[in-house]
Amino acid sequence: MNISDLTDRFGLLAVGLIAFAVILLALYGLAELASRNNRGRWVAAVFLSPAIIFLLVGLVYPAIRTITMSFFSGDGSEFVGMENYAWAVTDPDALQTLINTALWIIVVPALSTVCGLVYAVLVDGRRGERIYKALVFLPMGISFVGASIIWKFVYQYKSSGTQIGLLNQVMTWFGGSPVNWLNNSPMNNFLLMVVLVWIEVGFATVVLSAALKGVPNEIVEAARIDGATPTEIFWHVTVPSIRSAIIVVAVTVFIATLKLFDIVRAMTGGHHGTDVLAHNMWDQAFRLGNDGRGATMAVLLFALVIPVVIYQVRNMRRQELEGR
Amino acid sequence: MSTRTEAPEAPAPRKIGESRGDRLRRVLSSRVATFAAILIAALWTIPTFGLFVSSLRPEDDIRASGWWTVFTNPQFTLETYNYVLYSDSQGGGLIRNLINTVVITIPGVVIPVAFAAMAAYALSWIDFKGRNFLYIAIFALQVVPLQMALIPLLSFFSKGLHLGGLTIMPAWELEGVQTIVQVWIAHSIFGLPLAIFLLHNFMRELPGDVMEAARIDGASHSQIFRKVVLPLVTPAIASIAIFQFLWVWNDFLVGRTFGGGEATRPLTAVLGDMAGTWGFGWTRLPAAAFVAIIVPLVVFLLLQRYFVRGLLAGSVKG
Repeated sequence: MNISDLTDRFGLLAVGLIAFAVILLALYGLAELASRNNRGRWVAAVFLSPAIIFLLVGLVYPAIRTITMSFFSGDGSEFVGMENYAWAVTDPDALQTLINTALWIIVVPALSTVCGLVYAVLVDGRRGERIYKALVFLPMGISFVGASIIWKFVYQYKSSGTQIGLLNQVMTWFGGSPVNWLNNSPMNNFLLMVVLVWIEVGFATVVLSAALKGVPNEIVEAARIDGATPTEIFWHVTVPSIRSAIIVVAVTVFIATLKLFDIVRAMTGGHHGTDVLAHNMWDQAFRLGNDGRGATMAVLLFALVIPVVIYQVRNMRRQELEGR
Repeated sequence: MSTRTEAPEAPAPRKIGESRGDRLRRVLSSRVATFAAILIAALWTIPTFGLFVSSLRPEDDIRASGWWTVFTNPQFTLETYNYVLYSDSQGGGLIRNLINTVVITIPGVVIPVAFAAMAAYALSWIDFKGRNFLYIAIFALQVVPLQMALIPLLSFFSKGLHLGGLTIMPAWELEGVQTIVQVWIAHSIFGLPLAIFLLHNFMRELPGDVMEAARIDGASHSQIFRKVVLPLVTPAIASIAIFQFLWVWNDFLVGRTFGGGEATRPLTAVLGDMAGTWGFGWTRLPAAAFVAIIVPLVVFLLLQRYFVRGLLAGSVKG
């Protein structure tokens, strides 16, 4: 590293921050002007304009553009109709990608939510609860790439000699023979899912644990007096009381799973039958240079979240109505 | 649920009306619960710990034996850290990427949080037509996968924006280090919907009479925003800033796509590619990974309270 590396980058940072400060000041000035005439509409316009411009240019327009691109050839020159979609559901590799994605979005949300709930119940009210939760929560602070590296070392395989990956060492300790985990399809898919579950369980635990604390003690006590066993109390009192939190966790993890890119990229690069939609999208568009297919994969991804969007919006509107 | 009322290791006294068998079962289930809790906590901690140990071991040792052998044969070195950060040879010089990450992260947090605060204020406390529709639209955008935006947004930067033959926006023509500007903007865009949603949740809860009182005193919207609302929602802004910080620092996809060039690549982009190829120099991956992991981990541990608050506000209420 030399000094110009430093000045280039921090110089850019300084210029960027100053420019941003100037923009903010200008916006406040405009808002102040609009306020003076007491025009709520105009103040709102000033306050909202940066966000709206960003979202229109950076999300809404690109999303529409991506949809149209999915009907065009790889270099965008030729209209091909549904050809890319036909490819997505007939090409063996693309099909494998879709099947893997289906597996991911079922297994990861279910497993993360269940593990999170079990752990939250296990540590609830236990001495050292905060430490227990912090340990499981910790992976939330680690990047997907970091987590992938952590787990790649756990899964590491050597064809001969002492094993240096923990999993294979455990295998040999128990008398088994080492396995080349990440090259073995379809098992490798589940090993990749473990990484995401490992990250998301902490999130599930924290949210569900907070929900558990909100279950009124009187109800639990009343059920106990009526002679309900702990298992019955759990299924008939606790779970229904925290139902909405469970749904929120499952939905959040579902979306995170769908968009998953990093873990596949860093662990297998999508090889050995481990590709998923979000990764294949990137691969098609940015590595293989086929924008049409990449866009198609993105649209399929989008189609899968539409039900969630509808559900969330309806949910929110209902809450707003109740709130009034 | 039995764990709620019972201290796990106390010699559980027999409850009134409880048979000997019931008591035994209760103690056993509490023991099993303790064991399960410890087991899960260990499973969740050991992999990270293992990587950390590996990052401190000499390269030959990493190649030859597992990290758990340090308990019998402790041998540590900081040499790998030195190499990955400062060496000019292959797989070194990550200090430059670390700086890139810092330079990307600061505006990547400040810009969206500031814009989101303004938008959230307008959406919660200024009356105007179409407010509800706008809020719901932004709320829905939260879920749109950013994959939908990657290809067109990248071409927006490299080729500009054209409608038919009309150039609405020329190409940005950013070069070298300047490309980082693209990454700032991309992160700001992708971070906005969630930040607006969370801040809106917090701002809406503020007492209306405080706002009303300020209005009667003749304060304008921008004064109320700066002098009344912002100080009241500082904890919320802290939560969202931490959220966004972790997201940007840990991000791989956006950094790799919009700042994938040699001069601008953030740490995660280098690490992701290194891990993907697993080629020459894989023994240096643990140290390299820890350089990237340590900062967010410390922030996360120190400010967990704020992070959790933001998490709960975003998920339990929404």
